[in-house]
Amino acid sequence: MRETVHNPLFHVVRRGVIPAWRAWLIRGGAILLSLVACGLVTTAVTGENPLAVYVTVFNGSFGTSRKFWTLLQNVAMLLCIALAVTPAFKMRFWNIGGEGQVLMGGLAAAACMICFRNSLPNGAIIALMVVSSILAGAVWGGIPGFFKAKWNTNETLFTLMMNYVATQLVAYFCVVWESPKGSGQIGVINQSTELGWLPVIGGQRYLLNVLVVLAVLAFVYIYLNYTKHGYEISVVGESERTARYVGIKVEKVIIRTMLLSGAICGLAGLLLVGSTNHTLTTTIAAGRGFTAVMVSWLAKFNPIWMVATSFLLVFLERGAGEISTNFGLNQSFSDILTGVILFFIIGSEFFINYRICFRRSTEREG
Amino acid sequence: MKKITALLLALVMVCALAACGGNSAPAASEAPAAEGEAPAAETPAAAEVKVGFILLHDENSTYDKNFLEAAVASCEKLGVEYVVKSNIPEGQECYDAAAELVDAGCNIVFADSFGHESYMIQAAKEFPEVQFCHATGTKAHTENLANYHNAFASIYEGRFLAGVAAGMKLNEMIEAGEFTADEAKIGYVGAYPYAEVKSGYTSFFLGARSVCPTATMEVTFTNSWYDEALEKEGATRLINNGCKLISQHADSMGAPTACEDAGVPDVSYNGSTLAACPNTFIVSSRIDWSPYYEYMITCVQNGEAIDTDWCGTIETGSVVLTEVNTAAAAEGTQEAIDQVKAQLVAGELHVFDTATWTVNGETLTEYLADVDDMGDYQPETNVIADGYFHESEFRSAPYFDIDIDGITNIDA
Repeated sequence: MRETVHNPLFHVVRRGVIPAWRAWLIRGGAILLSLVACGLVTTAVTGENPLAVYVTVFNGSFGTSRKFWTLLQNVAMLLCIALAVTPAFKMRFWNIGGEGQVLMGGLAAAACMICFRNSLPNGAIIALMVVSSILAGAVWGGIPGFFKAKWNTNETLFTLMMNYVATQLVAYFCVVWESPKGSGQIGVINQSTELGWLPVIGGQRYLLNVLVVLAVLAFVYIYLNYTKHGYEISVVGESERTARYVGIKVEKVIIRTMLLSGAICGLAGLLLVGSTNHTLTTTIAAGRGFTAVMVSWLAKFNPIWMVATSFLLVFLERGAGEISTNFGLNQSFSDILTGVILFFIIGSEFFINYRICFRRSTEREG
Repeated sequence: MKKITALLLALVMVCALAACGGNSAPAASEAPAAEGEAPAAETPAAAEVKVGFILLHDENSTYDKNFLEAAVASCEKLGVEYVVKSNIPEGQECYDAAAELVDAGCNIVFADSFGHESYMIQAAKEFPEVQFCHATGTKAHTENLANYHNAFASIYEGRFLAGVAAGMKLNEMIEAGEFTADEAKIGYVGAYPYAEVKSGYTSFFLGARSVCPTATMEVTFTNSWYDEALEKEGATRLINNGCKLISQHADSMGAPTACEDAGVPDVSYNGSTLAACPNTFIVSSRIDWSPYYEYMITCVQNGEAIDTDWCGTIETGSVVLTEVNTAAAAEGTQEAIDQVKAQLVAGELHVFDTATWTVNGETLTEYLADVDDMGDYQPETNVIADGYFHESEFRSAPYFDIDIDGITNIDA
C-alpha cells in the first residue's frame, strides 16, 4: 500500500489581531462584493439592468424629502430599540424580548390615551403616557432579569416567550378598545381631539422621534463608556466570577440593566404609539425587536456604529420596497437582495478573524 | 498580499463603474417606473390620470390578489398609468405610502384594507386636490370630505348564490346516503366577528338553507384577516366536528387546502381555488373591482365628482361568481344559480327576508344598526323595513351583525 499525504487545497488559520483599517477594508470589500452579487442575481433572475436597480434602491431613501424623513424615522426607531438591548448584550444577557417590551410600552401609552381622554387635560395625559410606558417596558424587561438573577433561568427563552405574552395582551386590548365593534382594531386614537398625541415640532412629524433617539444615543454611549454602571456591565459580561471577586453584585447589575433595557424599549413604544402611529396594533413594533439584535451585533455593541448599521438595514429595506413598486417585482425579491447583502456582511467577519491559506505546491499527482 | 491588493483594486474599479453609472441614474429609473404605463393614451385627458394602489399584502393573499388583478386590468383597459405599493401595514405606513404616491404624481389613491381608513382620511385632508378612494371603509359619509370616498359591493348577494350551490351539494350528498338530512352541517372559518364577516356567513347560510332546509352551521373565528395556519386549523376542527361542507371568509389558502386534504367540499371566497383544490372546490363568490376602478378613473378624467359611498351590485358587474367546478358541484348548480340570480336582480327575492330567519325563535320587525360609525358603538338607524333587512343601502360597507338561529359560534 502506498501512503499518500493529502494536502488540502486550502486551510483556515486564525488571525491575530489585525489593524482596524484592514478590518474595515474587508468589511467595505464585502459590501461591494455583495452589490456585485446582487447585480448578478437581479440580471439573471429578472433581466433588469442592475444599475437601474441600485439607483432605485438609493431613491427609495433619498428620492424625495418625504422619503428621507421616513428613512430617518425608521432609522431612529430601529436605533432606539438597538440601543435598548445593547446594555443587556454587553452583559452577555441575550435580551431578544425587545418586541414585547416595545409592545408593552405602546400598550401603556394607548391605555392612557383611551382611559383618560374624558377626564384629564392633554398635558397630564402626555405626562402619564411617558411615565407609564417607560415603566411598563421596564417591568417587562425586569421580569426575565429578576428570574435570571434569582434562579438563573435561560434569558433567551424567557424574553422570547415574554414577546408572545405581550402580543396576546395587545391583541386582547385591541378587542376591548375596538372600533367599530367586531373589527378587532382600535383605529386612530382621539383622531378629532388629538389628545395624547405627542407634539409635532418644527412642522416635521418625525423630528421629535429623531431628537429623542439622539438623546437616548448620547445617554447610552455615556452610560456604557463613562459610568460605574457601564463598567460593571462590561465586567459581568467578560466574566461573572471576576465580577463577584471584585465585589460587584452580579444579581443587582443584571436586574438593573434589564430594567434599563426594558425602559428604553418602553420609550420606543411610546414614540410609536404617541408620536408616529396614534394607534396600537400587535404588529406596531414591526419586527424591530429582532432586527435590533442584528443592528447591535453588527456594530459590535458600539452605540455610535449602531447609527451606521441601523441606517444600512433601513436603507436596504426602504430600497427593497422601492424595487418592488417600480419594477413590479414581488417584495420577496427585495428580501432576497437584503439577504444576499447581509450574508456578505456577516460573512466578512469570518475573514476578519480567519485567514485562508491556499496550497502552495502545484505538483500534479501521478 | 499582492493578490489581495489586486482583488481590492478590482473592487475599487467595480465601485467606480457603479458610481459612474449612478450619474445617468434618473433616466434609468424612469424607464422601469413606466412599466405599468399602458401604451399611448387614447384621449388627451387619459394621459393626466395616474392611479396609486395601496395593498395590505401582495398577490399571495387571495384578498389582495383580487384587487390587484382588477387594478391592472382596469388601468390597462383605460390606458392610464398606475403604481402599486404592496405590503403596506394598517398604520402610519399607509399615510406615508399615500403621500409618496401623491409625490409621484398620482391623482387617485386607492387603499384596499379596512384599517387603512384613518390614514387615508389624514392624507385626504392634507392633499385636497387628490382623490382618495377606500374599499370596505365606513367613514366617508360622515367625514364630509369632498375628496374622500368609500366603496364596497353588495357581496351578500354573491354569498347567497354561493350558498345555493352549497345547499345543492348537501342535498346531493344526503341523497347519495352519505349522511342523513339532520346531519347537514356546514362549517365556516371567519376572520373577526365583524359585521362584514357576519353579513357574509349569514347570507351564505340563508342561501344554503333556501335549498337544504335542515342545514345548520358552525362558525369559528381566527381573529386575523390572514393567517394560513389558523385558517387551516379552524377548517380541520370544523371537519372533525362533523361539518360536511366548508366555506370561509379569511384571505389565505388555509381552509381550501384543509378541505382538499380531507376530501370535504369547499365554497371559496375572493376567487377560484380550483387549481389547488380540483376535487373539492365548488364555486367562489367575489367582488370584481373593475367596474369601480373604471368608474373612479373616468370620473377624474371627466372632472366629475366620485360618489362619496359607492356600492356595486350584481347588475354593475361588481358581484360575481367564478365558474362552477362540475367535478365537485351538484348537478344543475349553474342553472340554479342563474335562476336565483335573476330573482335577486328583479327584486323578487331578498337575501335577508325576515320570513326566512329568526333570532331566539322570533321574527325581527325592526333593528337599529351602527351605520354612522362615530366610534361610539351607538346604533342609530332602523334597517328593517318592508319585510327585509336593508343591507348595504344606508352605506356600502355591510352592517348586518345579528346572530340568527341555526348558526353556532363554536368559540363562544
